[in-house]
Amino acid sequence: MAGVSWTDTTMEAAGIKLHVSRAGKGRPVLVLHHETGTLDRLPFYDALAAKFDVLVPHHPGYSRSQRPEWMRHPRDIAVIYRGLLSELKLSNAVLVGLGFGGWIAAEMASMAPADLSRLVLVGAMGIKPPQGDILDLAITGYVDYARAGFHDQKAFDRVYGAEPSVDQLEMWDICREMSFRIAWKPYMYSQTLPHLLGAVRAPSLVVWGDHDAVVPQSAGKRYVEALPNARMEIVKNSGHCVDMEQPETLAKLIVDFIGRE
Amino acid sequence: MHLMYFTEQPMSAYSEQAGRDFGATALMFPNTNFDPVAGSRLYNEYIEQYMLAEEVGIDGIMLNEHHNAPFCMQAKANIFAAILAGMTKKAKIVMLGNPLPLAENPVRLAEELAMIDMISKGRLVSGFVRGGGQEQLATGVNPAFNRERFEEAHDLVVKAWTQPGPFRYEGTHYQHRVVNPWAVPLQKPYPRVWIPGVISKETIVWAAQQRYPYIALNTSIEQTKKIWELYDSVAAGVGYVGGPENRGYLIQVHISDNEEKAIENARQFRWMQGEFTGLAHPVWSTPSGYGSPTNRRAFVEFAAGRAINPRGNTSFEQQMADLRIIAGTPKTVVAKLKRILEETRPGILALWGNDGRVSQADSLTCIKLMGTEVFPAIREIAKSLDLKSPFEANAPVHLKYSTDLAPARAAAAAE
Repeated sequence: MAGVSWTDTTMEAAGIKLHVSRAGKGRPVLVLHHETGTLDRLPFYDALAAKFDVLVPHHPGYSRSQRPEWMRHPRDIAVIYRGLLSELKLSNAVLVGLGFGGWIAAEMASMAPADLSRLVLVGAMGIKPPQGDILDLAITGYVDYARAGFHDQKAFDRVYGAEPSVDQLEMWDICREMSFRIAWKPYMYSQTLPHLLGAVRAPSLVVWGDHDAVVPQSAGKRYVEALPNARMEIVKNSGHCVDMEQPETLAKLIVDFIGRE
Repeated sequence: MHLMYFTEQPMSAYSEQAGRDFGATALMFPNTNFDPVAGSRLYNEYIEQYMLAEEVGIDGIMLNEHHNAPFCMQAKANIFAAILAGMTKKAKIVMLGNPLPLAENPVRLAEELAMIDMISKGRLVSGFVRGGGQEQLATGVNPAFNRERFEEAHDLVVKAWTQPGPFRYEGTHYQHRVVNPWAVPLQKPYPRVWIPGVISKETIVWAAQQRYPYIALNTSIEQTKKIWELYDSVAAGVGYVGGPENRGYLIQVHISDNEEKAIENARQFRWMQGEFTGLAHPVWSTPSGYGSPTNRRAFVEFAAGRAINPRGNTSFEQQMADLRIIAGTPKTVVAKLKRILEETRPGILALWGNDGRVSQADSLTCIKLMGTEVFPAIREIAKSLDLKSPFEANAPVHLKYSTDLAPARAAAAAE
């Protein structure tokens, strides 16, 4: 998007070097990416940065950020990001969590319910779906798994190319290894998280693609039940990766949600 | 020379077409294809094979373990080891081995192995492996911590065997309030530990650092030589000279009373749709974090179907030509094995005699000829080449029990 200028920096939080991309002005919005890592730039990030001060950190052990060998749980990442926000003196940020990033965002919300203005969870992992299971990375091929996040395979091709590069495959493997290290068992959910969300008073928006084949929609409904002030939006013609498949629709939903006082 | 018989204990009694239609059969091929009636028959046939192996004078029976795998019926090697501990009298029970990372409780494993050692009156060789990638998935164990768990479980098992209890253990992956097993090994300081492997350099280096014999699994002569080069250089670094007593080799060898039949049966070594140890999708056989980071790029390319298997995958004919599969009458088999012994100088040799759908009658013939004709000739060759087993060389069970370390290094090794 024209006019959006990103800066990439390496920042330190709790002794860990994090790659952080930042652009835009206004209310701080922390965007937390999927378990497949993130590309450096995405139309969805640009759309948000046109309205807000957007920060996209690469999770510890994912994409361009260093892997902390000691890390054992996504909650550890949530603590690191709480540290990052306080380091940057950003209070009351909006948290936007995509898939696995949604789990981290929900953990962050549960930790400091007073330091949160809005919570947006998009196809979030982190809760055991009452019906169905979260797609298992460990038994699914790299490309098959990434493609499963898209309802329309042409949308995948637009983002990653019809035949993703070997560099991309290698990056997916590195991200996958980190997901195993911190979310192996139970796989991609916390048994305690739903019970910890009751203190979150901030308005929350739970978004799901209508064709999510990675995280069953029942998990979204469970999030809405667990969060005291939450509602659900279903995005049509989208798989799990709503941010990559329907970036404009998702950005508009979020802009409207944040703008509403 | 220590000479052993091995079979993967294939569960070959299922519809071949169903397997081919399904594709990669290790891990996910539905167990509705597993027929327990055939399973019962096969388990008992394998016991019959092992009993014959002992009867015809074979030194050791090699056992292993896999999960969700048609190519191997042993879901728990300790079960067969326990059976053989009671049923056999002389043969070493050589476990190659227990997959350590799969153990949630290594102390229990230490107890089981101690029981097997006592019941067998000190005939246990307790090998350890990391377990294949699909083993981690089949048992729900995190592949990303495979090597860490392997090393830590090993340390805990050895500690449980050698350090007086009760003691407390607080590790990274294992924590135990009270370690005080009322079953300790008969063999002192502890049963010999041998380490089998296929590809990972890290495992070769680790085995050499411990002074544990490394058993190369069906590698080519050239690969095997490279393994010993690496092993010996690590050995020199910690102060000892690597030799035949540190070297084991497993090779697929089918023996029959006529050449044609031997070759026909040997084709069964490729029964898993041409794979070496059964077919698994590469994403399952090498889950992220399981393999060496240096192989990462090659494996992701292979897993995405863009490159050949870094472990190699060659035809039956090529394997025969490379002497990775040997088949024939005792005379031709001995001549070929002689070349391997001369070139790679192992002190431990295991023959993987039968696989796939080889009949029980042909399997028993193979074992009989192995014990009565092939191994006596191999023993003579080994003698002339001075290939001593760890038993014959009275090699220390572990580096720390060495009495021959180079003086400059001895202090460092003792730390």
